[in-house]
Amino acid sequence: MTALAIHRLCKVYDNGNQALSDVSLDIPEGSFYALLGPNGAGKSTLINILADTVRASSGAISLFGHDLLAERSWCKRRIGVVPQEMAFDPFFTPREVLAFTSGLFGCKPDYDWIDELLARLELIDHAKKNTRQLSGGMRRRLLVAQALVHRPKLVILDEPTAGVDVELRRRLWDFMRELNAAGATILLTTHYLDEAEELCDHVAIIDRGALLTARPMQEMMREIASSCLCLNYGGPVDLSTEIADKLATFEPRPSDEGVCLKLGRQQGGSTFHRAYQAAVACFGEPLDAGIRREDLEDVFLRLTGNGAAKRMDEGGDDAAG
Amino acid sequence: MRPVNSLGAWTLFTREVRRFLKVKMQTIVTPALTAMLYLVIFRYAMGARQVPGMGVDYFSFLVPGLAMMAMLQNAFANTSSSMIMGKVMGMHIYLLMAPLSAIEVVLAFLAAAVVRALVVVVVFLAVLSPFVDLHLLHPEVILLYGLCGSIIMGGLGLIGGIWARDFDHVAMVTNFVILPLTFLSGVFYSVKQLPPLWQQINHANPFFYLIDGFRYGFLDVGDTDPYASMTVVVATALTTTLVCWQLWRTGWRMKE
Repeated sequence: MTALAIHRLCKVYDNGNQALSDVSLDIPEGSFYALLGPNGAGKSTLINILADTVRASSGAISLFGHDLLAERSWCKRRIGVVPQEMAFDPFFTPREVLAFTSGLFGCKPDYDWIDELLARLELIDHAKKNTRQLSGGMRRRLLVAQALVHRPKLVILDEPTAGVDVELRRRLWDFMRELNAAGATILLTTHYLDEAEELCDHVAIIDRGALLTARPMQEMMREIASSCLCLNYGGPVDLSTEIADKLATFEPRPSDEGVCLKLGRQQGGSTFHRAYQAAVACFGEPLDAGIRREDLEDVFLRLTGNGAAKRMDEGGDDAAG
Repeated sequence: MRPVNSLGAWTLFTREVRRFLKVKMQTIVTPALTAMLYLVIFRYAMGARQVPGMGVDYFSFLVPGLAMMAMLQNAFANTSSSMIMGKVMGMHIYLLMAPLSAIEVVLAFLAAAVVRALVVVVVFLAVLSPFVDLHLLHPEVILLYGLCGSIIMGGLGLIGGIWARDFDHVAMVTNFVILPLTFLSGVFYSVKQLPPLWQQINHANPFFYLIDGFRYGFLDVGDTDPYASMTVVVATALTTTLVCWQLWRTGWRMKE
């Protein structure tokens, strides 16, 4: 069954900014779904529409077969969102905040579940402190607990691990895997592509408000991912339009050391030889060369283009800082 | 037909009440103390002077007016500060994400504002009762005016809070709209003491009717006919609630 079906979703903000154009996406029930895209791609707009903090301009969304716009209340009880923006209630303790959140969603506070959430998110020692005394990372974990307190069937995580340390991130993901195994559908946006690759069974990439691809992770890796030839020139190369045109078949992408070229198949074998010669013709002999399998990050950067790669890096820095 | 989320509305109401109880020094003790200071000052300044044309002494005249002023200002402060605090802290998204209808949100907020106003006025009158002869001549009038006044001001606070982008905006509304209107509403004087032009201006101030009607409930004297104003007061309370409901429903200033 489809957990979430998004059909031709559009969003134009009042300032004329088209954040989403004609996005259609099906999220299967029980999947662990990665929604990737550079900063400003429209991920948060999409999530905010699902959370009902932003209004869609047009399009249809259904949750487990129920129309999200017509049956808001039914749907809201089944969605839990971890917002990207930090939010906290300065008057109460984490335990009180969770009891309130539960009540707002129409559930009598289940203190066993609340304590379990506090324990799993390592907040139990701080359960009776005022939220003002919590660190940034703790507040973010509290947001995760708030999203889960009414036991939603669809959990949406918008950059939940920004600013959370590596060890804690691991344990958070273990918890999400457990929830997923227990039947929850999880939709995740993250800047950590290696995490998405490891955790998620489906992936969609959006850029500039448009959906570039959406498919099972394995299929994505099998179909799109190939090998790439990485040439070391001791520093970034100049990819002028003219040179980029010459290398167009190899979808060149600058790297810190030089350039990476995508290898494909042709009759009789790989395009390695042609790629190497084309690079030599443009930049001369490299200092070093290597071949590696593409991972999700390579695919992502190739699909969204280099401008997007740059925006992604900037976004990554923001999130870390 | 959408299901009613009564637990959600109740939770929001209790959250709002517990929120102001957590900072009771600021939300209950301070307003009661401020009102009391006014009383002490005016008692000594005015002595046993009577209010012209009313047959009551100035001190008795002042008590109900100050009580109502404290109610109105606190009802306003409760909703406006909660809303702007929620926005600044990012917590308001939980009101949008939760399965609460607009009317559930508005009623929960208004009910909490009424409770805060009631707590403040009860504390104020209780502290004062040993020093002043309190009469409750028309309790039904007191109740109706107190309730409607709190709803109107709670509603205005909600509207102000929804409109505001930061604390400065709320302070602006509080200090430039609410404060002058309450101060110039006949809390400290009977309009009959004013020159004719100012009398007319005072009659255009909606708070004037609230204070005057509330005071009538205690003293059986006033500048207006409280029963005639009652319909207007009730209608205003309803209209304010409707405006809040409509604003929340459309997501004005809350949803993009």
